Amino acid sequence: MNARTRETAAFWAMRLTAYSVVVIVGYIVVDIVVRGAGTISIPFLTEPMRKSGLEGGILPAIAGTFWLVACAIAAALPLGVACAIYLTEYARPSRFTDMVRLAITTLAGVPSIVFGLFGLGLFVYQLKFGQSILAGGLTLACLILPTIIVASEEALRAVPADFRAGSMALGATKWYTIRTNVLPYALPGIMTGSILGVGRAAGETAPILLTVAAAYLPFLPNSPMDKVAALPYHLYYLATQVPDMKAAEPMQYGTALVLIALVLGMNLGAMLIRAYFSRKHRW
Amino acid sequence: MTSDEKTKKEIKIRAANVDFFYGATQALFGITMEIPAGEVCALIGPSGCGKSTFLRTINRMNDLIARTRLTGEVLLDGANVYDAATNVVELRKRIGMVFQKSNPFPKSIFDNVAYGPRVHGMRNREALEEIVQRSLQRAALWDEVKDRLKDNALGLSGGQQQRLCIARALAVDPEVLLMDEPASALDPRSTAKIEDLIAELRGDYTIVIVTHNMQQASRVSDTTAFFYEGHLVEFSATATMFSRPEKKQTEDYITGRFG
Repeated sequence: MNARTRETAAFWAMRLTAYSVVVIVGYIVVDIVVRGAGTISIPFLTEPMRKSGLEGGILPAIAGTFWLVACAIAAALPLGVACAIYLTEYARPSRFTDMVRLAITTLAGVPSIVFGLFGLGLFVYQLKFGQSILAGGLTLACLILPTIIVASEEALRAVPADFRAGSMALGATKWYTIRTNVLPYALPGIMTGSILGVGRAAGETAPILLTVAAAYLPFLPNSPMDKVAALPYHLYYLATQVPDMKAAEPMQYGTALVLIALVLGMNLGAMLIRAYFSRKHRW
Repeated sequence: MTSDEKTKKEIKIRAANVDFFYGATQALFGITMEIPAGEVCALIGPSGCGKSTFLRTINRMNDLIARTRLTGEVLLDGANVYDAATNVVELRKRIGMVFQKSNPFPKSIFDNVAYGPRVHGMRNREALEEIVQRSLQRAALWDEVKDRLKDNALGLSGGQQQRLCIARALAVDPEVLLMDEPASALDPRSTAKIEDLIAELRGDYTIVIVTHNMQQASRVSDTTAFFYEGHLVEFSATATMFSRPEKKQTEDYITGRFG
């Protein structure tokens, strides 16, 4: 084999791996869409489940996922952005900031079931929230915190240092400068990162398994202290816990389709926001 | 200007024995000089000679750089700007700064100029409008932008951006204007406009300008300070420095034999 053939072979090997990613995603999406589309209907999206989930809709699971995600983002966004501001704007590089960064990286690598156990121990038992939206949402917040911190840090670093110097030279304090002349330009990046985090939180099963856990709960929640159904967990339930697996198949695929549409929709939204603002802000 | 006249002048900025360090590296060695009020003082010297560092000691912008240290005194109207009691916000309101690379904020032209007054608490829309107009007029930019104050400042040309930055600095009504090579990235026409502007502002403001351009220094300044390797080699009236420099080193530099 001469150099040229080797080059071509390597090129094609890499090209095929790149294609295979598209094929895998495409297969999953197409399979779910084809098998699930028949189930999607207005009642499916707006009614509670009936008869162990074999009939009716999945509204409580959609609502539950919405509440969990809202709770997670409400907790993780301020914390994550504050942490990123501290790391990029205030902290001078030291052993301490190295440690913080190591902790963030480690947090990102922790298996999600461990987050579930942590949430069970801390929020459910220690803080006595019980199994509730609050406990589950906060657990998910811990899970998406690294995503938000890293995205926010990147977005803040992308704002030119000139803007900070220009503002400070006019007599602005550091905090005023960050508020008016750094954060607004970093916001699109922070939003993009947060939406990706939300997409991840929406799809996680393990963390909510132990902290919100309601396998079959055909009611909408009344307060953050309620248990609630959620899409990924409802899917797990439909796929493993119902007596007649074959009969549950349309409901399984319908639920999967709603979940995947939600997550992909959010990722798409994040991409659109990024594209829109990168056209708008050019410096 | 005779030296007699000069001694009568009120001193705006006085540096006394200023040493400055970036970590372990000393960048300024015992700088002592007096800048008279209302005059234009040019700082010249080869790259890395400490002229920009010295400029930034005056409004304490070097504070923003980690592990820097200053000894000696920099006095504004007789008060040490490095005194513990100095309010840095107030100091930077009195000492405006224009950077080498024009740095308009990605906001509207109006919001750029109004940024400083807003920093200092001004909220009244009419008062802001008046300040914006006056500042843009002073910076000789008003006629070019008066119909598009809401447009993004990044849409302006390089020369306009730099004049916008000057307008922005003027909007907080400073007493001193520090300019760090304000025209180095501009074409000759824009440069000429900036120089005309400096001539206009002279008298109302004390201006300290760092420049690489000898002609520019001789055109715009009353006094010139020549820095070399962190030392102030020579400081005198511009006319004197460019006609009969005291030191051989100065002469070599301004005649282009090195640097």
